[in-house]
Amino acid sequence: MYPASFEYYAPTSVSEALALMAKNADARLLAGGHSLLPAMKLRLATPPTLIDIGKIKDLTGINDLGDKVSLGALTTHCQVERSALLKSVCPLLPEVASHIGDRQVRNRGTIGGSIAHADPAADYPAALLALGAVIEAQGSGGKRNLNADDLFTGLFQTALNANEIVTAVHVPKTDGAGNGVAYAKFPHPASRYAIAGVAVWVKIENDSVANIRIGVTGAADHAQRAKKAEAALQGKPMTDENIAGSANVAADGLSTMGDIFASADYRAHLVNTLALQALNQAHARAHGWH
Amino acid sequence: MKVTMRVNGQTREADIEPRWLLVHVLREKMGLTGTNVGCDTSQCGACTVLMDGMAVKSCNVLAVQADGADITTIEGLKTDGAYHPVQQAFWDNHGLQCGFCTPGMIMTSIDLLREHDNPSDDTIRRGLEGNLCRCTGYENIVRSVRDAADKM
Repeated sequence: MYPASFEYYAPTSVSEALALMAKNADARLLAGGHSLLPAMKLRLATPPTLIDIGKIKDLTGINDLGDKVSLGALTTHCQVERSALLKSVCPLLPEVASHIGDRQVRNRGTIGGSIAHADPAADYPAALLALGAVIEAQGSGGKRNLNADDLFTGLFQTALNANEIVTAVHVPKTDGAGNGVAYAKFPHPASRYAIAGVAVWVKIENDSVANIRIGVTGAADHAQRAKKAEAALQGKPMTDENIAGSANVAADGLSTMGDIFASADYRAHLVNTLALQALNQAHARAHGWH
Repeated sequence: MKVTMRVNGQTREADIEPRWLLVHVLREKMGLTGTNVGCDTSQCGACTVLMDGMAVKSCNVLAVQADGADITTIEGLKTDGAYHPVQQAFWDNHGLQCGFCTPGMIMTSIDLLREHDNPSDDTIRRGLEGNLCRCTGYENIVRSVRDAADKM
């Protein structure tokens, strides 16, 4: 299968890419191409112009910025999965990356591409919500930062403007005492996309939950936080009873979707079940029990 | 447009449309038909080649994205007439039946063994998740990769 014909550009800087975007309003950006190219081969997407940002060096690299870590938009899932820095200071991200697709997909797919594509069943959005990540985007008017909470707005829709490029992702360090993270996922057996996935970051102080964020993917038309489940645990000790009470309301307030693979009710049930698993694991890790 | 890549140690050029996929350039412009097209929807992994040392599904990479890259296909594995240890292990352990998925299995296994020199069966199975075989039930494939790991 071939994609339909398109004009191809391979800029080597962000400013060059932005200039090309300004001149080609219908252009699509190509990074790893592991969502866009399959859609183009099936002619579900027929962009007249592709701007391949895969050769822009400024968009690569994982850097320690003190209290946070910055990942260039072109960082591949495999680089995240194997990053010694991330494994040590932000282990949720490599854990989630290891669940994406398969080895060959992880070798090519990028974090910026995944964010901009905003597949409702992608793994990263759950982690970015749980971590309260900040997404850096650059447009013709300059750079701006978007909170993950505000980024995912609908089915394959984000708060990014059409003329913006995701340039980097900033994630906090979660390696201090009392921090625990976990990701629980029920993958589609063939595609490995999440039928549902729940990511948790909890910080425990004086035996009580000082801060908790729970991100859910796969269940609704876009990734969202499970705010009721967070509120159910905030300020409380993580007893089995409190954890179960939180997990039981994880899907409340999410408009879960049904399709040929799983009904909306089943997805809601999965979200609660996966929340229980992720909360228990994050709790154990926060205490260093594993 | 013109692309240049190093394929199995030789510099090769091809004049192509941007929409050409890497697998088509390898098969139709360079005659390297050992790389198979299976599903063509980036699920099955039969078209896996090494691009700058990493296993990629060549039906899901534009040839223009591979411009300047170093590509290894199944044809590039033999050295001095001897099979690559992974090829030999698939032969010795009967890690195939029809053989259609085998080039992709071997290329992914080489990438996997570069990361893990002594992988567990679980690591091998997870590493080969992106390669489908419809004949073998995978047992002999896992055995082959383990045998290759022991001998490399």
